[in-house]
Amino acid sequence: MIAALSFYAFAAVLIASAVMVVASRNPVHSVLFLILAFFNAAALFLLAGAEFLAMILVIVYVGAVAVLFLFVVMMLDIDFVQLREGFQRYAPVGAIIGGILLLELLMVLSVSRLAPDAPPLLSPTPTGVTNAEAIGRILYTDYIYLFQASGLILLVAMIGAIVLTLRERPGTRRQNIAEQVARSGSVNLRSVPTGAGLKEIGILRPPSPEEEAPKQVEHHGGHH
Amino acid sequence: MGFFFENPLGILILTVVKALALLVPLLVGVAYLTYAERKVLAAMQLRKGPNVVGPFGLFQPFADAIKMLMKETIVPTGASRVLFLLAPMLTFMLAMLAWAVIPVNDGWAIADINVGILYLFAISSLGVYGVIIAGWASNSKYAFLGALRSAAQMVSYEVSMGFVIVTVLLCVGSLNLTEIVRAQSTIWFAIPLFPMFVIFFISTLAETNRAPFDLPEGESELVAGFFVEYSSMSFALFFLGEYANMILMSALTTILFLGGWLPPLDIAPFNWVPGPIWFVLKICLCLFVFIWVRATFPRYRYDQLMRLGWKVFLPFSLVWLVLTALVLKLTGWLPA
Repeated sequence: MIAALSFYAFAAVLIASAVMVVASRNPVHSVLFLILAFFNAAALFLLAGAEFLAMILVIVYVGAVAVLFLFVVMMLDIDFVQLREGFQRYAPVGAIIGGILLLELLMVLSVSRLAPDAPPLLSPTPTGVTNAEAIGRILYTDYIYLFQASGLILLVAMIGAIVLTLRERPGTRRQNIAEQVARSGSVNLRSVPTGAGLKEIGILRPPSPEEEAPKQVEHHGGHH
Repeated sequence: MGFFFENPLGILILTVVKALALLVPLLVGVAYLTYAERKVLAAMQLRKGPNVVGPFGLFQPFADAIKMLMKETIVPTGASRVLFLLAPMLTFMLAMLAWAVIPVNDGWAIADINVGILYLFAISSLGVYGVIIAGWASNSKYAFLGALRSAAQMVSYEVSMGFVIVTVLLCVGSLNLTEIVRAQSTIWFAIPLFPMFVIFFISTLAETNRAPFDLPEGESELVAGFFVEYSSMSFALFFLGEYANMILMSALTTILFLGGWLPPLDIAPFNWVPGPIWFVLKICLCLFVFIWVRATFPRYRYDQLMRLGWKVFLPFSLVWLVLTALVLKLTGWLPA
């Protein structure tokens, strides 16, 4: 009873927030509704007993992907009036594309069947092992090549993104920490007796070779 | 007695009582952490700290709380009202929510779930939303800059934190927090995985936006960062959330590396002390280091912070992860 009630509650919020992602006028609100949708999807996973997937969904999508998404959307300078201008013009095209997608989805769902060896996998916790272990056993044995290949694709995508955005501008100053740390002689620590001035302990900076020796300036007490 | 374990209503009542038994000491702890921080900082800077309200200034947190409550909540004109008020609540709620899975003693957790560590990681990675939403909803440039900094920073340090957690999990063979502590009954993970312990601790500093990584609120550049526009109770919620997060991260460090409720040595004088007391003592130790770091180090420059996260911690933790897996495999210590 409680499980069914919470299923309908989460499902209703999920659908409502998914609608709001599209309907909301402010893109930042859209992303926040998207996050709410992710959350409710995770809750549905939890209700189905797939706790590992639920947590991974929250960590990956809500904790990382959506943060970056929000980050980008917040920085956009959007003119809301201009955004709504093209609605009438693009509505028919959008409706057609949406209709095609819906049709395709219905076709796929109506003819799709479960693979013959799938039913034992349907139970979230097959034989008393935890969820994470069950996924691990399948992922790292039967599907290891696919798993590795998807990892490789992600790596290539990542390197691609870095290559596209990395540019070496000449003349920019960079800090090389290793070089700074390795540099010796210019920085050293001393214990300074209390009340002693720079002259008394003899750490006046030597005059630099380019400029002539600095003029001796009279200091009347005080500090600089 | 059966009522509390079988009847749904009884279970509900029992859970609420358990939650209160955890949250009330936690909130008192948060209140006194603010006091402890001021006192410890004062001692390190040769000052006295709060010493007027009550004996040794012990009532200072309550005086502050009353002051906060009495002030007016101001919502800026251009602010996105709902989100502006939602952000501090979110921050505070998430800081409390994570405590549901923390085992204070063997079997003393409100929800001893299988994926406890993932739950904690998920909740702590959500903490960034409070900051981002606050920064955006305030409609102020300082708040927005603070929010952007925080988003980039927290996401960056989560990556290396994830690798550290995976390294620990390799040694445990379970995602359950109670199991993680039990696996440390022979030796605390802080000893064999010492470099990971250090990386994890520094990452928690970045994750909680504490000094020396408190750039999101860097007062010298951003006034107060993401909570510039907040006042009164909404500010107090951010403040409490930050301190509750500090305690949470200390608890996580304790569970992952310092053996949770286990005594340092399983011999006579140590194992007389009950587990929760050890747990609290270890959390206090971590919190002291949090404050100590704040008193000692200057704030990082932003590019240095990013460099440390991506170019130092990430490769290092990755290599250490592979190394740990290799050693566990070769020695046959890999948990079944």
